[in-house]
Amino acid sequence: MSLAKADYVKFTKEMKRDYTILVPTMLPIHFKLISNVLVSYGYKVDFLDKVDGNIKESGLKLVHNDTCYPALLVIGQLINAVESGRYDKHKIALLITQTGGGCRASNYIYLLRKALKKAGYGYIPVISLNFNNLEKHPGFSLTLPMLYRMLYCAFYGDLMMLMANQCRPYERNVGETDRLVKKWTEKLLEESSHASTMRYSHVKKNYRLIADDFARILGNRERDKVKVGVVGEIYVKFSPLGNNNLESFLLKEGAEPVVPGFVDFCLYCVYNGIIDYDLYRIRPFKAFGSKILYRFLLGKQRYIRNMMQKYYKGFMPMADFDETRKRVKGYIGMGAKMGEGWLLTAEMLELISEGVTNIVCTQPFGCLPNHIAGKGMMKPIKEKNPGANIVAIDYDPGATAINQENRIKLMLSNAKA
Amino acid sequence: MKIHDPKNRTQNNMLLGIDIGSTTAKLAVIDDGELVYSRYERHFSQVRQKTLEMIDDISELLKDRSFSVAVSGSAGLGMANAARLSFVQEVYSTAECVRCLEPSTDAVIELGGEDAKIIFFTGGLDERMNGSCAGGTGAFIDQMATLLNVSNTEMDELSLEHKQLYPIASRCGVFAKTDIQPLINQGATKADIAASIYQAVVNQTVGGLAQGRRITGKVMFLGGPLYYCRGLRERFVETLKLDEDNAIFPHYGLYAVAIGAALYSSDGELMGYDELIKRLKESMKQKETVSTLPPLFSDKNEYQSFIRRHAQSSVKTEYAGAYKGGAYIGIDCGSTTTKLVVITESRDIIYTYYSSNKGNPVAIVREQLLKIYDTFGDSIIIRGCAVTGYGEELIKTAFHIDYGLVETMAHYTAAKFFDKDVDFILDIGGQDIKCFKIRNSSIDSIMLNEACSSGCGSFIETFAKSMGYTVEEFARQGLFSTAPVDLGTRCTVFMNSSVKQAQKDGASVQDISAGLSLSVVKNAIYKVIRAASPDELGQRIVVQGGTFMNDAVLRCFEKEIGRNVIRPNIAGLMGAFGAALFALEHKPGRSALLSAEEVRNLKHESRSAVCKGCTNNCRLTVNIFNGKERLISGNQCEKGAGIKLSDDEKLPNLYEFKRKLIESYGGMDIAGDTPSPLTAAPKKGKKRRIGLPLALGMYELYPLWHTVFSELGFEVVCSGFSTRRLYGKGQFSIPSDTVCYPAKLMHGHIETLLEKGVDAIFYPCLTYNVNEHKGDNFYNCPVVAYYSELLQGNMDSLRNTIFLCPYLNINNEKELSRELTLILSKHFDGIRRADVLRAVRTGIDEYKSYMHKIYSEGERAVRFAREKGRRIMILAGRPYHIDPEICHGIDKLATSLGFVVVSEDSVTADVYPPVLSVLNQWTYHSRLYAAAELASHNDDMQLVQLVSFGCGVDAVTTDEVRAILESNNKLYTQIKIDEITNLGAVRIRLRSLIGALEERGQ
Repeated sequence: MSLAKADYVKFTKEMKRDYTILVPTMLPIHFKLISNVLVSYGYKVDFLDKVDGNIKESGLKLVHNDTCYPALLVIGQLINAVESGRYDKHKIALLITQTGGGCRASNYIYLLRKALKKAGYGYIPVISLNFNNLEKHPGFSLTLPMLYRMLYCAFYGDLMMLMANQCRPYERNVGETDRLVKKWTEKLLEESSHASTMRYSHVKKNYRLIADDFARILGNRERDKVKVGVVGEIYVKFSPLGNNNLESFLLKEGAEPVVPGFVDFCLYCVYNGIIDYDLYRIRPFKAFGSKILYRFLLGKQRYIRNMMQKYYKGFMPMADFDETRKRVKGYIGMGAKMGEGWLLTAEMLELISEGVTNIVCTQPFGCLPNHIAGKGMMKPIKEKNPGANIVAIDYDPGATAINQENRIKLMLSNAKA
Repeated sequence: MKIHDPKNRTQNNMLLGIDIGSTTAKLAVIDDGELVYSRYERHFSQVRQKTLEMIDDISELLKDRSFSVAVSGSAGLGMANAARLSFVQEVYSTAECVRCLEPSTDAVIELGGEDAKIIFFTGGLDERMNGSCAGGTGAFIDQMATLLNVSNTEMDELSLEHKQLYPIASRCGVFAKTDIQPLINQGATKADIAASIYQAVVNQTVGGLAQGRRITGKVMFLGGPLYYCRGLRERFVETLKLDEDNAIFPHYGLYAVAIGAALYSSDGELMGYDELIKRLKESMKQKETVSTLPPLFSDKNEYQSFIRRHAQSSVKTEYAGAYKGGAYIGIDCGSTTTKLVVITESRDIIYTYYSSNKGNPVAIVREQLLKIYDTFGDSIIIRGCAVTGYGEELIKTAFHIDYGLVETMAHYTAAKFFDKDVDFILDIGGQDIKCFKIRNSSIDSIMLNEACSSGCGSFIETFAKSMGYTVEEFARQGLFSTAPVDLGTRCTVFMNSSVKQAQKDGASVQDISAGLSLSVVKNAIYKVIRAASPDELGQRIVVQGGTFMNDAVLRCFEKEIGRNVIRPNIAGLMGAFGAALFALEHKPGRSALLSAEEVRNLKHESRSAVCKGCTNNCRLTVNIFNGKERLISGNQCEKGAGIKLSDDEKLPNLYEFKRKLIESYGGMDIAGDTPSPLTAAPKKGKKRRIGLPLALGMYELYPLWHTVFSELGFEVVCSGFSTRRLYGKGQFSIPSDTVCYPAKLMHGHIETLLEKGVDAIFYPCLTYNVNEHKGDNFYNCPVVAYYSELLQGNMDSLRNTIFLCPYLNINNEKELSRELTLILSKHFDGIRRADVLRAVRTGIDEYKSYMHKIYSEGERAVRFAREKGRRIMILAGRPYHIDPEICHGIDKLATSLGFVVVSEDSVTADVYPPVLSVLNQWTYHSRLYAAAELASHNDDMQLVQLVSFGCGVDAVTTDEVRAILESNNKLYTQIKIDEITNLGAVRIRLRSLIGALEERGQ
């Protein structure tokens, strides 16, 4: 006997013509930019930044209730969009990310298909957005130029998020930071159809323009509010839907949220390819490739870091991942690579080293990797960094904002004391 | 009382602190360094009204003064915002109060209505609050008192007279209830139970809340429960081993938060009495937007037709005196209530009884039987009787009842009476939800609530009481709510805080009542049944159980599923009615029931004992009737009941076999009396001792690692099987209270090894498990893979030894030996690569031979079963589920019910998983899918899946295993396990499974 594989509905070449691909909100800024890249390559894409009905309820109905909260929300959001009446149900496809590690997050796409079947939409194709060749769809392929563009989008996204977070608490005209984010998102979309915009020199120029714009909002004001780092499981960390609008809550409480970037997560995934060989001597070719890719990405990240350090001194610069990664020594082994794994510990340590000692560590209720790399590392982190003021917040469909807010407030009152 | 404030904030100032907790409101007024007024009252969720009244009462004190005000407390935020008063986080208030009044305090333990907190003062201010678990709070104690049918004061007094403590799960109220209920039913004394409940609270605080920090030094205890319950104080003092100087129970314990808030208020604005009253009144007018739902009835007419429709589903009742002839008694001795029904030959009801069993079901049933004998005298002849429910065995033995039947069968029998084509039955009782589908006139699948009691009646009851209503009145309130609040659908804990939030936002009792009813219904549908659409439930639905007598719940259910259902007029008595029908249908002719005289003279005593049959040491409750008949409960196997079996009669049990096999490697019995100096190099001639913790991934790989280290000349010391005591040893260093129980036990294993004295401890990090080529990948789950990392960071005691947790690749001999050499030679002399390679090869061979032994025992078990015509149960879990403390003897229970028990790994050596609709990521879990496939194609095999509470991975696997089985027309049974030690619920499930199999003719 051998292993039989399940078949899935493929996204065919014909579908590319008139199907609309729905993209869930995971990282509001980044995913919007990334889905724009798809648009410029001829896909019809709809980025779901609206909330259709009660997403939580739909998730609860269609997914096992003990499944992690992000899966529940992503699936709930997609299903609600399917049922919103805005689309022809036979002319849509869904897109979801897939990492393929040992965390149950690798199963999201399967849970989504199951949920679709349960709701009677088994015919809707689900496209896996992954960089490991996990699934193939004839009508959906990521070419190298597309990947390049997406990569720049990730960097644009990180830069904007980083600077916007540092401007928003200090802006003079309410909403100007968000308006700027919107302006640049649209501008980048407009540009993206021109081949010339792929040139790195152009991207670098954009970095400066973006940074200049944000710097104007901050002016020469000192960023003197209490800084609160946000780390955690990737979805609840970034998505306001997942973390009950954590960033705006922190703003309201008079704090400045500091959210480590998305590129760090990408670098972490790439670096794990190197680690696998170092520890177990498996997949040497992947390790070789990973090493090259790692240096390449690192160089791009360092460019932004250097730019910020040189020209935008009022801002906390983008982290240098190679430094971040080294910080976990003595805390957790880099073999712990499921979910956010050692990156979570590394990000907390990185924040502390930047003087951001107040940290909210977010995770879905019952998140397995975070038992180890999040909650499990708090004691050693606090021991070795006595100033660290970390609070772990669990998110799930039943948790109420008041409990979460109380705990965050407690952390904040410690921060201010 | 003098308030000493180092910052001099109180001098010449008047400060007012208001503390609004989840159930109570507290006031403190400080005037010129003196606490001049304090007050503590329940607010019954009328937060703003109550505060206003309380302030109004001290108008004398406040008038003509200007003072500062601050609000604190978990339910105070909304009011503070609405009344434009400053708000202080309550833990911070507490800390402030303690800093002023008792500065030498090292730690504060504060228990409130729904909160539990620990504040550590020394070594950096650090606070812990209960996040997602409310086990061990005032609400929990209230619920438990309700369960024991005593007031809080009575419970406290009882607890002081306790003689022994029973283990009660402290994780959450649901589990505690499941532990307590059988104790009550088995006749344990209330005094012992009360003290055990307090002990559970202490365990929760010390073990769960402290999250890896030891509570030492001077400890102050605050909050209502700790102020009022002396028994609770006693438990804390004893458990934390505090002496009189180090355990502080201040007389201002109730007001600490209010005092702290008052002290904080000094920074804020000053105001006068009139201004404060004005603002509080303003706050009452504001209603924040709460998420609300449509009302239950659009108008009076809709309500009327609803009532008329349900009146049709009635059984004829013909009351006392009129009837002469044969009669049948049905008794349902449930978890919280006892129900009794007497029916005639023509199935009419002539007598009913429904009441809380008040912790002593034997007394209730006796009283009722006597009443039946008195009322009917000679006019009826009792031809048969049957009992069902939790107390089935007890009642059956006590009164010589003819039949005992499992609850599910009783309910189905009753439901058939109302609709013979019923295809779905939902029963919501005091603390359980049971539902089952009927297919081809037999019970098809059974679902019980295990993790959650929020969908149950006792939950609404407790809520009603806490708000000052009877259940009936509370339900009536809900019927006519104009805007039911949306309270979410998780466990009781979350529901409590949702209600808190709704109260904060000013929801009325009506709206909360209706909202709760809807939550109960949604829980049942989406959490227990997990239905995607109403059609999935069935076409002809009968709902029953005490909770459905609540019209609000019934209405919510119909609205939610969009279909009318049958709710019999005896919805609360269906179990008893079914039992009576069962007795009637089986016609014993003459009932063996005790006569009136015998019932009157029945003597019942119960005492507790500990079984010495094996190392499990089950706590037994021995019930003795009339000094001779005995009923022993609490035993996990036949030994406790005093039954001896010959080898030929013993049913194969792979769990037991695997335990014996692991034991045979040795290393477990090494005692802890030879502690070696840990840091010094081992002396010549003396073997180096390496400790292997027998938990998580070590279970299956013990043969491998034991052999490798023995071959390398180490003496292998094993921590042995887990016990409750072992768990207690490591409990304080567990940082994440929601991780699974098997992982939590790991801490105890490490402590045990350290006690035994070892030079090093080994638990490797294994991202990848053994590759059996049966899945898309072969990972370990993150917890099994990386728990060492957590242990290293959180167990201070590990610093006194060498802790080896290398990342290893166990699928490649050469690579594994390279990695092992690398780490071992760092710490030990004379480790050579060639030796390690040889040891690894021998080890891997040993692992293979170990697996082969399991496979052949699996084959033998199946053969045995087929020869003797026994049912086979594939008890499917993980390798570490064989641990007696993890599976709690479920394997033995299954053999006692007549199953041959095989494990998922023993029968799947050459079975491949079917086509799956999930990603098959993990080695251990691939075996589950394969086992499901095997069970699907063998009529005599049943799969029962063990699931550890909190196992995220099983959220994926359980649905898939169920799907595999159900697509092949097989029954799926899932058992959730945790610290829980009671097998009562498991027994019901397994018996229902047997009942269902019998109905199916298997």
